[in-house]
Amino acid sequence: MIGPSTESALPAIGRRRVIVCAGTGCVANGAYPVFQAFTDQIKAAGIAATTEFKAEESDQPGAPLRLNQSGCQGFCQMGPLVTILPEGILYTKVRLADVPEIVASTLVGHDIVKRLLYVDPGTKKPCQGVAEIPFYQRQQRFVLRECGTIDPASVEEYLTHGGYTAARKAITAMTPEGICREILQSGLRGRGGGGFPTGRKWEAARTQRSAKKYVICNADEGDPGAFMNRSVMEGNPHSVLEGLMIAARAIGADETLIYVRTEYPLAVARMKQAVKDAQRLGFLGTNAFGSGQTFTCEVLEGAGAFVCGEETAMIASIEGHRGMPRPKPPFPAQSGLWGKPTIINNVETLAHCVRIINEGAESFRKLGTAQSPGTKTFALTGHVANTGLIEVPFGTTLREIVIQIGGGITDRRGRIGPNNFKAVQIGGPSGGCLTADHLDLPLDYDSLRSVGAMIGSGGLVAMNQKTCMVSIARFFMDFTQRESCGKCVLCREGTRQMLTLLDDIIAGRATGETLVLLEKLAHAVQKGSLCGLGKSAPNPVLTTLRYFRAEYDAHVFHKCCPTGQCKALAKPSIDADKCKGCQACQKKCPVGAITGDRKQAHVIDPAKCTACGTCADTCKFDAVVGV
Amino acid sequence: MISNLNLETQGQPEAAPASAPLSKPSTKNSLAPAPFPKVALIIERHGRKPARLVPILQEVQEEYRYLPPDILSYVARSLNIAPARVFGVATFYAHFAIKPKGKHLVRLCDGTACHVKDSVPILDAIRFRLGVTEAQPTTRDLLFTVETVACLGACGLAPVLVVDDQVYGAMTPEKALAVLESVREQERKEPSP
Amino acid sequence: MITARINQIEVQVPPGTSILDAARRVQVNIPTLCKHRDLLPTASCGICIVRNKGGNKLIRACCTPLEDGMEITTHDREIVEVRRSTLELILSNHPQACLTCGRNGECELQTLAADFNIPLESIKRYVKDVPPDTSTGSIILDFTKCIKCGRCVQVCQDVQNVWALSLLDRGINTRMAPAGDITLAESPCVKCGQCSAHCPTGAIVENDETPSVWEALHDPEKICVVQIAPSVRVTVGEAFGLPPGTNLTRKLYAALRRLGFKAVFDTNFSADVTIVEEASEFIERFVHQRGPLPLITSCCPSWTDFMEKNHYDFIDNFSTAKSPQQMLGVLAKTYYAERLKLDPAKIFMVSIMPCTAKKYELSRTEEMYASGHKDVDVALTTRELARMLKQSGIDFLNLADGDPDSILGEYSGAGTIFGATGGVMEAALRTAYFYATGKKLAKIEVESVRGLAGVKEGQIDVGGAKVRVAVAHGLANVEKVLDRVRDARQRGLETPYHFIEVMACPGGCIGGGGQPYGVDNERRKLRIAGMYQDDADRTIRHSHENPEVIRLYEDFLGKPLGPRAHELLHTRYTARPLYKR
Repeated sequence: MIGPSTESALPAIGRRRVIVCAGTGCVANGAYPVFQAFTDQIKAAGIAATTEFKAEESDQPGAPLRLNQSGCQGFCQMGPLVTILPEGILYTKVRLADVPEIVASTLVGHDIVKRLLYVDPGTKKPCQGVAEIPFYQRQQRFVLRECGTIDPASVEEYLTHGGYTAARKAITAMTPEGICREILQSGLRGRGGGGFPTGRKWEAARTQRSAKKYVICNADEGDPGAFMNRSVMEGNPHSVLEGLMIAARAIGADETLIYVRTEYPLAVARMKQAVKDAQRLGFLGTNAFGSGQTFTCEVLEGAGAFVCGEETAMIASIEGHRGMPRPKPPFPAQSGLWGKPTIINNVETLAHCVRIINEGAESFRKLGTAQSPGTKTFALTGHVANTGLIEVPFGTTLREIVIQIGGGITDRRGRIGPNNFKAVQIGGPSGGCLTADHLDLPLDYDSLRSVGAMIGSGGLVAMNQKTCMVSIARFFMDFTQRESCGKCVLCREGTRQMLTLLDDIIAGRATGETLVLLEKLAHAVQKGSLCGLGKSAPNPVLTTLRYFRAEYDAHVFHKCCPTGQCKALAKPSIDADKCKGCQACQKKCPVGAITGDRKQAHVIDPAKCTACGTCADTCKFDAVVGV
Repeated sequence: MISNLNLETQGQPEAAPASAPLSKPSTKNSLAPAPFPKVALIIERHGRKPARLVPILQEVQEEYRYLPPDILSYVARSLNIAPARVFGVATFYAHFAIKPKGKHLVRLCDGTACHVKDSVPILDAIRFRLGVTEAQPTTRDLLFTVETVACLGACGLAPVLVVDDQVYGAMTPEKALAVLESVREQERKEPSP
Repeated sequence: MITARINQIEVQVPPGTSILDAARRVQVNIPTLCKHRDLLPTASCGICIVRNKGGNKLIRACCTPLEDGMEITTHDREIVEVRRSTLELILSNHPQACLTCGRNGECELQTLAADFNIPLESIKRYVKDVPPDTSTGSIILDFTKCIKCGRCVQVCQDVQNVWALSLLDRGINTRMAPAGDITLAESPCVKCGQCSAHCPTGAIVENDETPSVWEALHDPEKICVVQIAPSVRVTVGEAFGLPPGTNLTRKLYAALRRLGFKAVFDTNFSADVTIVEEASEFIERFVHQRGPLPLITSCCPSWTDFMEKNHYDFIDNFSTAKSPQQMLGVLAKTYYAERLKLDPAKIFMVSIMPCTAKKYELSRTEEMYASGHKDVDVALTTRELARMLKQSGIDFLNLADGDPDSILGEYSGAGTIFGATGGVMEAALRTAYFYATGKKLAKIEVESVRGLAGVKEGQIDVGGAKVRVAVAHGLANVEKVLDRVRDARQRGLETPYHFIEVMACPGGCIGGGGQPYGVDNERRKLRIAGMYQDDADRTIRHSHENPEVIRLYEDFLGKPLGPRAHELLHTRYTARPLYKR
């Protein structure tokens, strides 16, 4: 492999490919025009190229250059991403104007356009490809392995990567008992949040006597701050479908459904296309893989209700009703869709099953921890240098994720610093906030539960020192309050009351009793709610109360927000030692609250100040404090 | 109209009980042409199955941009289910709108990632500029509807604004207002249908 | 059998029994607001939480079946704390208007709040200012008092198949209301009031018309007369602490007279008239084959409303005989007025009914004004009557027995059983049998149509011909019966039934929407027993033998189904398919 500093021409090994990431992040940053530009420029350069995958051409030296779009490659912060194979060059932040140069230098001239390479902010070293980028180095891509390389719209390409061998094996060469045993032995636990052993769920449904059973893929990824399932469906839809077929075979179901969040139009389209392709190839239908068995699959769209991620609510929604959870038992595995045994598995869970069937339970167990085997995808977002989609084995510490993969915590101006870390919110509205004390906590289902959080579906939001934890708790409470189905009193009324109390705290109206009541209600809602949404709704409040009590106390007893985020409590002032008297803030202040002569320390008039924070944003010397 | 039909056909008191040509009346058997042919087509495509209520309403909304009460009643009649059930479903899901929406749908992501990267000031700025609120999300001229969305799954680009289908990442209040201004400018130059 | 322990007490129950029901068997009451004994659990209130084996989780007793080996704790410190928080949360958006509420003193929420001594100060209160829906004139929906337990919706949709009420919106905005921003009157509501009978709070109550009755009673110009419906006599005692089924007929006569009514009539009398007309109709159709079969009873106004909206293909099958309430009204303002030489315009007829729909029936069609006046001026429910008796200071339970006023007061045992499901059928069969054969039934108790099964079928040999009958109560059961008839018609087969009785409310009028609160099947059984006991105690048990009825026909009406009877005692129906369910 040639290092980035090498100027010499690159040898042509294997087939030349140009892959433009068409994940949502890259598309938003202009990936489609970039792709079009490549199409045009390659043609203009007279290079033989194709956008279609043909199995017989693959890896043939001399085959025409293949240009394709891929699903999300994860490194969303740096998009649009363009990968050039076989060299494995990853160009980041590719603009339209860069395309002619890439075509001329790399595709024609075998040179690397160095300015488009990712530069490790730590070592300042340019990285040629994923192998050299810390963001990727620390990951172990199991379900995401093909995401970002294969063309998600091409079932043929999926087949050349071993696609559908697992489903074929499960359907033609394995017994339902055998499949359940394999999954049980793998120790796979549900990736949707609960962490229930998948094999046990399957086994429960398998042993139900019923001529009709259903498998539903839960792709109603509603956690704010999570997009793992979306990426898998967009990047490798056939792996989901294949997992679904394995599950159907395992429990004796012939009908499968995929319930996708309607906010994910591309994922819906990709899954629908995948179903069509699988039907065309005879994988789905009345004679799947020539086995004589019937497997069908239908893609359904949600209609905007977070609670439909809950199994029984999802079933109600599919049956054409209001998506309200019902009491369990009976569990869906006993009586689910249309009263028939039904299993509901998360997208990622199903995708894992494909490799477990292909490679065996033992191979799967090699990754992760004993109680939480395998890998988990996370959506790493918030105040980290590298936001994006990652996959790591269970047992990886928060520090590895946030600092090494995420590249460190950024401050409000985007600068990375060792002291910026404040907290990580994990598991979305059902999860909790963890502190620097937990940085070395190996992440798995049980360790997280022991500290009051949960893995959830895998949203991981890093937060810097300027984040107000009370506001974060309020944010999640606002979310669950809006998304409560309204059925049970504790969730419906309790979340509103808790939101009110948090509002009081943020607005400086709270007293010691507010905190007592908040804790009491949080406890009641957690204990008494009917479904998981309600039971876990207080987690963000409870964990922030547990780990950031001082911040609550500051709001309540000192009427002060330590981060200056809560406008009602903010008391901006200017640190005379830091102020250089540049008058920049004076000019920007919309209410004329700042006075002070040039080169003299300025002063904020609290009577006029509205705590808008403009001065703090303006000051280059961080002299404004308290807002 | 329908009742008259039924009355005329059955209104013979002397008719022998067993041979009275009666079928279960239902307005769906109306001979009149469907008042909403497009909706009728959608319902037909879904095999008139009540279980398909959610996808049917989704397609209807795509057609009308919202779900007018008359159409909800029509859907209920066509599926032979109670309007109460249709309204119950239509008001449960956030995706369904009972009131007309604006021509351009402005959705600001308020997922966690966007939130911690200050999406709220953007929302405030947009609402202030367009003169809309959470309760009244649509501008008077029906040009814009402003909504928040729990998460668009584009957290890497936080904060994210989506206008119709176009995604805008790394927004600030100023940038967001500029985006809206460009949409409005475009409308001024050549109004879209 | 499942064997488990609840609060250390061993309990054995059949599989599938909920923890809540199992606990009751060992005298442990687990509080609940949303679970009604007769309804499926909605699991919405969360007050019935219990703990199994000292575990960390709290489970809901209403919807969790007891399992072998469970060790349930129903009350411990944490459970009670969470229950209290839940109640506090419910009260946080409930108006503090108990003193002026229709359910004051009989409210399940009020009772629990008092039992748990819930403070109101600590928590922020959100009471929406939503005006009540008074559109039907029968039932009032006070949305502010709704706790979203879903009982009414379950009753309206599943038990009654009416679908007037629904749960709308989501989360904190969840509300119970007619769908689509319409009033209850514009909805498919049939005014049966079962929503109100099952509501745990004052969110759904009858339209209280006692003020207008008081006003009439105090008006010297008005001659106030009153009638009491069959079932009221066995239920009104519940409002005074007596067990369900206690027959207070004669105390009611005395009390109503004390209230100031100039004449006290008994709807049982007109029930006998209804039977004479209806049995005659049946004979016309069955024996003489004039008119379609099956004949379907029409004395329940909710049922006629439901039929006109949803099953209007059966209009011709409906008995055109008016309900007993309306018959008594018109006879009071014609026959009675004539005999006593009273100005019918001055007669103010009040009916005491088990039913909220009876209020609607008063002005249902123009035939309800057959006397030239509004035949019945006000219909009060049993609950409203109890309220009036309490207001008036009458020591109701210790009153000496009274008597009804003659010519519209005597009744047979057949008239009284109108109040129970199957009663109209049984009464009609007794008389129809006589009309057809000239003989009395050997055994006049028609057991096959008695009891609480949703649909009851029977076959009676009438002079060699088999009469097939069906009785349905609870409107959701009607469709099963009607569909069988429709099916036979479509295939050109003989009708499966000749005579069908329908009562909208489960159990019939004794379970009506205006009866004292707290109805469940246990109570229905006791009330029904009271009805049949009243029948058994009468010497005259056939409607056509009621001497005052005989006199009525001889002196005034002429023949059953004759021109005068037709003019005063019959009505018409109109299809109103504005709304499919």
